[in-house]
Amino acid sequence: MSNSGAQPLSPWRWLGVPLVQVVVATFVFAIPLRFWGLSLPEPLFALPVVFAWAVIRPSMLAPVGVMIMGVYLDLLWGSPLGLWAVCLLLPYGLVLGGRAMLAGQSRLIMWAWFCAATALALGAGYLFTMLDAQNAPDPISVGWQFLATIVLYPFADRLIDLFEDADVRFR
Amino acid sequence: MSYRDNPLGELRVPLTWTAGIVFIVVLITSVAVLLSDRREAFDTDDYGRPRTLSDKVMAPVGDALSTPGRLTGQGVDGVKGYFFAVSENRRLRADLKEMQQWRDVAIALRDTNERYRAALGLKTDPPIPMASARIVTDSRGPFANSRLANAGSEAGVKPGNPVMSENGLVGRVVGVTEGVSRVLLLTDVASRTPVMIDRTNSRAILTGDGGPNPKLEYLRGQDPVRNGDRVLTSGDGGVFPRGLPVGIAVKGLDNRWRVVLASDKAAVDIVRILLFQDFTQVANRAGLEKVQVPLPTPGASTLPPPAPVATLPAAVAATPAARHPPPAPTGAPREQ
Repeated sequence: MSNSGAQPLSPWRWLGVPLVQVVVATFVFAIPLRFWGLSLPEPLFALPVVFAWAVIRPSMLAPVGVMIMGVYLDLLWGSPLGLWAVCLLLPYGLVLGGRAMLAGQSRLIMWAWFCAATALALGAGYLFTMLDAQNAPDPISVGWQFLATIVLYPFADRLIDLFEDADVRFR
Repeated sequence: MSYRDNPLGELRVPLTWTAGIVFIVVLITSVAVLLSDRREAFDTDDYGRPRTLSDKVMAPVGDALSTPGRLTGQGVDGVKGYFFAVSENRRLRADLKEMQQWRDVAIALRDTNERYRAALGLKTDPPIPMASARIVTDSRGPFANSRLANAGSEAGVKPGNPVMSENGLVGRVVGVTEGVSRVLLLTDVASRTPVMIDRTNSRAILTGDGGPNPKLEYLRGQDPVRNGDRVLTSGDGGVFPRGLPVGIAVKGLDNRWRVVLASDKAAVDIVRILLFQDFTQVANRAGLEKVQVPLPTPGASTLPPPAPVATLPAAVAATPAARHPPPAPTGAPREQ
């Protein structure tokens, strides 16, 4: 029997590398480029990582990582500081709380959970922005960002596949 | 040895609880940061040190990353220009023919305008200095629409300065540091811009909502706007100068009046930042406060004596104030 499961899971591998990837991917998509008159979409690259972190295992560092990604998004996109930190922490908390229900579920059900997490993040963003700006954001724009984000589930799936069994204490 | 025999296995419950506690602490901290943020403030100090610092770091990175795309676009434009030179030439000739007629009209109007100004003694707005900048990052989400431009305090840019592309108004500067400024777009959910309908002179507030076409709110008057009306800045409130092109009014799918932005005609890569200062910003308030206003004489008229009607120009005589002269002061003796 392989003993690899007993190896401690290095935080840098499952937290640090995905965080850096999110930072880079989000920045690349913030470059002002147009193709045939259309801008690049603006998906939430952080959300697949947030979802996967919550599924893989509870961690003390993960919420801090989620907050760092949220603050980074606020600084890059110019939204109120703390908005995306809160919007990402809420689905993280939801998925972390429902970890027991998610165990052993099919890919389709996991995708449905990911859609629910994305809806929660964007719903919270909608509510907070409405309260802050005294003005309701355009639901169609929110819908586009939702669609652009839920297609990123395969990235979350891959991250879960890579690290779900890396620490058998949290199976 | 079974894994359950490992002493680390006992850490499961405490670690789960600790992770939960850390999550709650981080969430509370984030909510506190969110509640204490003031994004829409014009003052650079309120814009925040973390923002100015991050903008300063992000601007050169964004500039470097967008360079290949920009150069590719320029190359594609060059190739297109080479292959479509004949049709482009034909179109430009037609445009030139039309513009020559407009030039004659413009010269005649300028002449008339100058004579009216001289006759009325109008104090016109001075020319507005500008700073050119390149857009280096762009956020287009539903909750924030802003861009970073690579010109900052060293170019004289200040918070509140209007930003234009070659086609129309783009937004205004909300944060400045050396070498970079953050531009809040007209489409941002926090953006409010006083505008007017060119045809009717009706006023409205252009309100962004994160979508591509901001709304016209607080429209006044009956039938103040029609499809295709030009929308300009009104200059009310002093943030923007009057008359900057904003876009065209259209009826939205939600049955509200919206604006197709003029700046959306082409990619916004190079912008002009107008170093505009309203009279409320340039006025020496301390000096104005020092001026001693004489107390009114009890029983005396505070209105100036009426000017002779013959010396007034025709345009002034046609104004409502001239048609309805002010009533005689109550303290003045009446003719019997």
